[in-house]
Amino acid sequence: MAGLATSLGAGAATNSLAQMPEIDTLFLFGSNPTEAHPIVSIYLKKALRNGARLIVGDPRLTWMAKRADVWLNLRPGSNIALMNGLIHVILKNGWENRAFIERRTEGFEELREKVRGYDLKKVERLTGVSADRITEAARLYSHADKAMIVYGLGVTEHRTGTENAMAIANLALVCGHIGRPSTGIMALRGQNNVQGASDLGPAPNILPGYQPVASPDVRAKFEKAWGVPISPETGLKSVEMLDKACEGKFKGLFILGEDPAQTDPNVHEVRKALQSLEFLVVQDIFHTETTKYAHVILPGASFAEKDGTFTNGERRIQRVRKAIEPLSGMAEWQVISRLSNLMGYPMTYNHPSEIMDEIARLTPIYGGISYERLEKESLQWPCPTKDHPGTTTLYSDLFSRPGGLARFVALDHKGPGEVPDREYPFVLITGRIREHYNNGSMTGKVPGIVELVPEELLEINPADAKRLKISDGDTVRVSSRRGEITVRARITERSQKGNVFLTFHFRDALSNLLTSEYRDPVTGTPEYKSCAVKIEK
Amino acid sequence: MSDGKLKIKINGTELFCKKDETVLTAAKRAGIYIPTLCHDDRLEPYGGCRLCIVHIKGVPKPLPACTTPVADNMEVTTETPTIKRIRKRLIELLLSNHPNDCMRCEKTGECELQDLSYKYGVDGSRFEGEKWDMPVREANPFIRYEPNKCILCGRCVRICNEVVMAGTIELTGRGFYTMPDTAFGKPRTLSNCEFCGQCVSTCPTGALTDKKSRGKGRAYEMKKVRTTCSYCGTGCNLDLNVRDGRVVKVTSAYDAPVNHGNLCIKGRYGYDFIHSFERIKSPLIRKGYKFVTASWDEALEVVASKFKALLKKYGPDAVGAFSSSRCTNEENFLLSKWVRTSLRSNNVDNCARV
Repeated sequence: MAGLATSLGAGAATNSLAQMPEIDTLFLFGSNPTEAHPIVSIYLKKALRNGARLIVGDPRLTWMAKRADVWLNLRPGSNIALMNGLIHVILKNGWENRAFIERRTEGFEELREKVRGYDLKKVERLTGVSADRITEAARLYSHADKAMIVYGLGVTEHRTGTENAMAIANLALVCGHIGRPSTGIMALRGQNNVQGASDLGPAPNILPGYQPVASPDVRAKFEKAWGVPISPETGLKSVEMLDKACEGKFKGLFILGEDPAQTDPNVHEVRKALQSLEFLVVQDIFHTETTKYAHVILPGASFAEKDGTFTNGERRIQRVRKAIEPLSGMAEWQVISRLSNLMGYPMTYNHPSEIMDEIARLTPIYGGISYERLEKESLQWPCPTKDHPGTTTLYSDLFSRPGGLARFVALDHKGPGEVPDREYPFVLITGRIREHYNNGSMTGKVPGIVELVPEELLEINPADAKRLKISDGDTVRVSSRRGEITVRARITERSQKGNVFLTFHFRDALSNLLTSEYRDPVTGTPEYKSCAVKIEK
Repeated sequence: MSDGKLKIKINGTELFCKKDETVLTAAKRAGIYIPTLCHDDRLEPYGGCRLCIVHIKGVPKPLPACTTPVADNMEVTTETPTIKRIRKRLIELLLSNHPNDCMRCEKTGECELQDLSYKYGVDGSRFEGEKWDMPVREANPFIRYEPNKCILCGRCVRICNEVVMAGTIELTGRGFYTMPDTAFGKPRTLSNCEFCGQCVSTCPTGALTDKKSRGKGRAYEMKKVRTTCSYCGTGCNLDLNVRDGRVVKVTSAYDAPVNHGNLCIKGRYGYDFIHSFERIKSPLIRKGYKFVTASWDEALEVVASKFKALLKKYGPDAVGAFSSSRCTNEENFLLSKWVRTSLRSNNVDNCARV
């Protein structure tokens, strides 16, 4: 999200899902919505039925890729090269939106200089996508009236994730495809409340509502409201806390509803860090790999057991309502309040609606939100005041950067941290399948889903399988420099030659034992989408 | 007439409509009831069941409201004696090939066919004749199909092909033997079905029902709680059906702003984790290699005193918290506030990146 924030101002999707059926050219990049976001895919399918052209950027031959007008089958991690190549073609042919670039952006000359070096020959070599496909995609996208880029974790889960998102913003800005209904950039969020968790300040450098800790005015506002001094120093990112724990400099950690010991890449390191802590509290609804390392485990309440709100990928704030009492007697907001009281800082909320009222007072983008309003209407932030109707399309007028202009960022291709070699010749891509979710701790408890998808399967291309003499259903060993797992193989054209695919839903075949330690330096997002593995029968 | 809008009259009430609207959508918006069986707002107009026929002034024969576009100055009457007679006949014909076993049918209480039969005071006795006698299909974990209860409205096959584009089921056979089915009548498996239950959500009768919640309560015994799905970031609304303190079923929220009643396999059927026996139900404190059950008071006292001790010994840089994008906005805000106020640190981060 840091990528879009740098280019456009806010780390959020620019448009709304309901605008999708009117798209005339859809550029789907690093996203497999028919599996990972089935309901978003329903909107996109509607656009396709209405005649939208489809460009898909994905190394896997997904449902959407099969139906694409142009499939850009790029090598994992070559996103920036591909985007630069597309912009190169657009500029060379004069397909850019001059008026938009002049009026609403800055930094164009640097970008122009940079992409000059990305001629089709070079891009073809870096990405593996043929020149005519790149040209055709550039033509389709730049000539569209209502063009939307929809991207997923295939963009962000790389060591260049932030830059990948900026590269996407570059492309949209060059064509002026932003700030109109059905025209913009939608980032699909993996978890239910990624947007809300980003918005509300559990981050080391910002207070709720993306208000920087470094700003004296912001601190003054929160100090006045909370009655304590707020440290001006940026805190530690989660990765840094774990690193410092390994070094013995970080001692006490409260983990709320997360399972880094399974879902983080290179879990060996994470587990070492958790073991080094002097005190670890984990609050979760199930025992996970992470709770094994806890000194105190607190029961969590499921979404059915509490009132609250989630904010979805289109910035829409929606109610969560309590259907049953918390099985353990208390929901998380009550637990945190009590803990705070015990530590000497009083928190006296009677209901989550009072917390939302405090959020609204302190957080301008949520300024107009209240439970009372959410009973009657559905609101998308920014919604600064009680009479503001919320915002469906961002940037129709100004970008939310200083000066109101969007910024081009000139970027170079770096590629993935680990590339295949003779010893580890395959690229492993990890991702989701429709039936399961994340570490499987929820879907693994649904008997029907377990019956349908009982185990992990390694997706491998028929040509590769033939060469390795693997038949469908054979048990194979997948190993990387960090670990190995044993799974059965599924032979499918969905994986291109040289690429294999695993999910991360199964505890007994944990693909994150294999994934690499490379991370995006800005956000700390791990490179889940590309590492080198070998496969043996 | 105001900017590009058309004026029509339904049952004497004047209303303004958009040009490409149908009589049915205009009436719905105005709160005027027109019976239908083959219509679902998520689907293209179909005009199959003919129950929505209305009288339009100047048109000699009744027209289906769902496929008739509005026209300026159109005057619509939603029920006349003739139309009522036709509707009765149509329902009777449907009931003539229906098991009429409402007392043990899963759908009782929320069955559109049952409701219409009640409203129009008819049953299937008028047209006795051959009835379907087909076995129940339920060789899959989620969806039960009783072909005998199908009225061939086509909603299930249309939602599967138009909306989900899964192509799992289609109307097969001809004439009296037409029925929605999978290719070659094979059981649903992942290779031919997404198990999203969209077909179940649109079925107006008991032909397609959720298998998991069977026998767990009638529609009117359920407390329906509108909430937001906790799986991916799309933000679908759904209704948790609660009976005796247990979530026993999930049903569609048809007026939801994001998903309009559409759900995927996880949203519709992935709720078992809520009452899983593996849930952590009380705080646990580590004693050596074991975890020992503790009360909330004990556990929170340990957490508070331990954090206070760590703060005293190592200072605020050595402590922190991870928040979760699985938790609510309020909880994320509160954890962030706790770190800043109780720990006096900025060491707080979320898992938005993973």
